[in-house]
Parts: sequence; structure tokens; C-alpha cells
Amino acid sequence: MKVVVLSGKGGTGKTLVSVNLAALTKESVYIDCDVEEPNGHLFFKPEDIHEEEIGIKIPIVSNEMCNGCRQCVNFCKFNALVYIKDKLIIFDDLCHSCGGCVMLCPENALTEKEKVIGKVEKGLWESVKVHTGILNTGEASGIPIIHNLLKDNKEIGGAMTFIDCPPGSACIVMDSIKDADYCILVAEPTLFGVHNLNMVYELVKLFEKPFGVVLNKCLEEENPAEKFCLNRKIKILGRIPFDNELGNLNSNGEIAVKKNEKYKQIFSNLLDSVIKEVQNETTTHSKR
Amino acid sequence: MKQLLILSGKGGTGKTTIASAFIKLSNARAYADCDVDAPNLHLITGWDSEPDKSDYYGLPKADINTEKCIECDVCRQNCRFDAILAEEGYKVDPFACEGCGVCEYVCPVEAITLIPSIDGEWMLYSDDDKVFSTAQLKMGSGTSGMLVTEVKKQMRLASEDAEFAIIDGSPGIGCPVIASLSGVDMVLIVTEPSISGMSDMERIINTAIKFGTKIAVCINKYDIHIENTEKIEDFCKKQGLPFMGRIPFDFNAVKAINNGLTIVDIDCISGLACKAVYEKAMELFKEV
Repeated sequence: MKVVVLSGKGGTGKTLVSVNLAALTKESVYIDCDVEEPNGHLFFKPEDIHEEEIGIKIPIVSNEMCNGCRQCVNFCKFNALVYIKDKLIIFDDLCHSCGGCVMLCPENALTEKEKVIGKVEKGLWESVKVHTGILNTGEASGIPIIHNLLKDNKEIGGAMTFIDCPPGSACIVMDSIKDADYCILVAEPTLFGVHNLNMVYELVKLFEKPFGVVLNKCLEEENPAEKFCLNRKIKILGRIPFDNELGNLNSNGEIAVKKNEKYKQIFSNLLDSVIKEVQNETTTHSKR
Repeated sequence: MKQLLILSGKGGTGKTTIASAFIKLSNARAYADCDVDAPNLHLITGWDSEPDKSDYYGLPKADINTEKCIECDVCRQNCRFDAILAEEGYKVDPFACEGCGVCEYVCPVEAITLIPSIDGEWMLYSDDDKVFSTAQLKMGSGTSGMLVTEVKKQMRLASEDAEFAIIDGSPGIGCPVIASLSGVDMVLIVTEPSISGMSDMERIINTAIKFGTKIAVCINKYDIHIENTEKIEDFCKKQGLPFMGRIPFDFNAVKAINNGLTIVDIDCISGLACKAVYEKAMELFKEV
């Protein structure tokens, strides 16, 4: 079962929620899809790490074979090829690796080379498999890394899997939630938090994914995120209080449920309500 | 026009809170929100008037004419983005399609065309002396970098005589961040003293260095972990990065934001500290 944790706004507690839920679940898998800024591994500090480089295909030109017809230049929608001073120049950073230029070159002057854009690290923390995607700095798109992380997960099979998403609602998040069985939206009680919660709320509705909300950083005061949920009859899965101790554990890269009985209770309750929700979903779906 | 960009790597460290305070304190005549994926700056910059709005067209997307399609499968076999779906007739997954045009090229019966696609909306607020450029990317779109470039261009066109501009950036280190870095004179990195904040700060600093941008650093919520705060200051010293100061955690900051105000609109400790950071940063910015 795949549970995807997302938020829209950054810094609301996606990693806190996904790391602690995975840590409470035996034989689970934690996948960090926030490949631009992966942080889950800072908490798990996994062991027995296996690294795999992730590459994309970039065209290279043989200048002897190129006759300057510019068909590739005219074809490329990303302006990654230019022909200047009798020479074809390729801008690797603009290339989307579609393979079009190589396919259509009448002189077969273009071939492809592999360009490494980042890596996937797979390790173990207790019985939790920890998979982390890491994009190299200066690279524009981590999507090939996310594809690798999720493709691999299809092979893992039945294990409970927690997917820690990047912030936002762009393509990179979309790819992460496509195969989700359930989505957890993490929200903080601020005007910004609610505005961005609304975005991911629209996103999970668009994809018709079952979902619930975790209210993080809860204070005594009125919670605009809670109000948002109540007005729309959105399931509230749990509440995590704002407190210094949790903040401190989190700042130190500690897994809260391993350090403190109180948080263990909070996240256990949260896990129970997630599992209950998912089971409900499966029964209502099979009845349909 | 000189441009100051606010970035953080990690989400939720306070980019928008600090950007909005800087805009207020400097009485900026030009500013922009480049977090097109989850924009929030418009929530606290107090514009009553409606913005000029315009559809933003990203790259076109493939469309299959099912009447012409002979279901030969060649398009699906050649698409590197898995964007061709072969279920009850061939169709294109608009979220996966990157608009490369390979399918259009390989189709033997000319059943595929690329059609324009609205990927978001840009908005320009303006009055006699101020311009605010912002945008909202459509959910699941993959062209955030292009929209960021558009937001900055619209701001420049509308405020040619403004001396400087303040730009709120997005979290991460990928495509939209790289697009926002292009052409700016200085980047102020807002970090927080947590393990995650520090790891993400190093990655965004490495990214900014690759693009040759002048870098300054400040710490928000510095008092949630004093030791880490000191570590960040040491890191800056060792790297030769100018340090702009510390801003404390402050419940009043949340209150200000939730009332649609900046932290320098009310009397609070974070607002005072932010003012000191602002003065130091602007001095450096003037010299760039």
C-alpha cells in the first residue's frame, strides 16, 4: 500500500510525518521523492547503503558527419541545439532527452551519451527500507530520479510504503502521487498554509485520490487550516501540537517516536486512523 | 534594475515573511513572486485593485486524432516520457507530455498534432508608482521555469525606471530556482537552524555559486536551536559568505501573517530583528 505525504507549502512537516509513520511500521518502505532537497535520510541515517547513479541521454554530434542541414535545430522544441559558424552546438542543460534529433538526423551524425544528474541511495534503518533520490546541484529536473524511485517501488510489492513528496503541485508532485492508494496532506495553521493546502486539495480531488489532513504545529489559538477542513468536511486524521521539545528533536535530526513516548502515542494514533481510512476506502470501492 | 532574490532551499524557513518585510521597509517600486507553484506573497502585500491577468502558454502538447489513428503503436514506442496511453484507442497523457514533437514526427498517418496548452496565469498588479508581478502555475504543469522567467520579464517591462526589485523565490534547487537566479545581482538565503535547513542551505548555496550569483545568508527562528545557529555562522565564515544576522522565533509573526500584515507592520521582536537584517543586506546589495 502506498501512502503519499504532500503539502503544497514547504516546511509544514511532510518529512516529520512520513519519517515517523514509517518508523512505527514494521517492514515499511520510506521513499524520499523530494530529490531537490531530500531530508528523510538525515533522520534515518540508513546503513548498508547501495548507490545507483541516475543518468539521462544527451545527444553528441560528430562534426565530420554533420552536413549542417539544421533539421535537428529546427525540430528541437527546447532550443537545445544551435548551428553557429559551421558547427552544431548542444546545450545539455536545455535538453529534455526526447531523442528526436538523433532519430531524424539524415547523416546519422548524432548519437547519445549518458549524463549523470543525480543518484538513488537505498539503505536500511531497523526494518525500514530507506530510499532517497538526490539531484545534483545545478541540474534542472529531478523527474528521471523520481521515476526511478517509483518504478522500483512497483517491484517491492505489498509492503507499506510512505512517499515523502516535494512541496508544490507541479509535475514533480503529480508524478509522485499518480500511483498513490492514499494521500496525507500536512497543513500548518497559517494563512500561507491554508492557501497552499487548498492547492493540493484540488490536486488530490483532480486525481480522485482518497485523502485526509494532518494538522501540524497546532496552537491553542484558532486554526485556519482546521476551519478549512471543517467547512469542506475533510477528514482530519490527527493533530500534532506545536511544542519546543518536538521542534528540538526535529532540529537535531532525531526520530521523535523513538525518543519520546508522548510522540509515539500521537503518531501511533495517526497511523491507526490512516490504516482505518485506507481499509474503509478499499471496502467502499469493492462495494461500488 | 538591480534585483535581490530571496531563496532558502528548504521550504517554510520564512522566504515570503522576510521578502514582504523587505518590500515594506524599502518601499520597493518593483517586486515579484517567483514561487509560481505555491505563490503566497500576494496574500500580504495589500493590493485592493484587481491585477491585469493573462493566460500563460507553456510548450504545446500532443493530441491524437483518433479518426486518423491506425493504432500502429509507433508513437508509444518512441515516446520517452510514457505520455502515450493505449487504452480504448490511443490518447495523450497531458501531464506526462513534454511537447517534444517526436510522436508527431514518427506518426505514419499524420494523426498527431501539437496544440497550444495553457499552463498557468500571470498577474500584474500596478498603480502610479508600484509594480507587483506574480503568477499561478496550473496544477501538474512542468514548465515552471519558463513561467518564472515570464514573471520577471513582466516586472521589468512594467517598471523600467525602478532602481531595484525584490523577488521572492521558491524552495528547492531545480528548474524554477535556476530560472529565478538568472540575471539577479544578489541572493539572500534564509535558513533555519535545523539539520534539514542546514543541509538544504548548503545545496542552494552550491547551486547559486554555480550560477555566479553574489550570496548572503540570514537565519530565521535562530533561537529554536542555538548550537546549530552557531554552526551556520561558522560555516558562513569559513565559506566567506557575508552573514546578515539572526531573526528570533516569534508567535507574533504568525499573528501578523494571519492578519495579512508583514512582520514590520506590527511591533514585534522578529520585525525588529528583520529590520537589522534588512539594513545590513541593503548595504551589501548597493555595493554589488
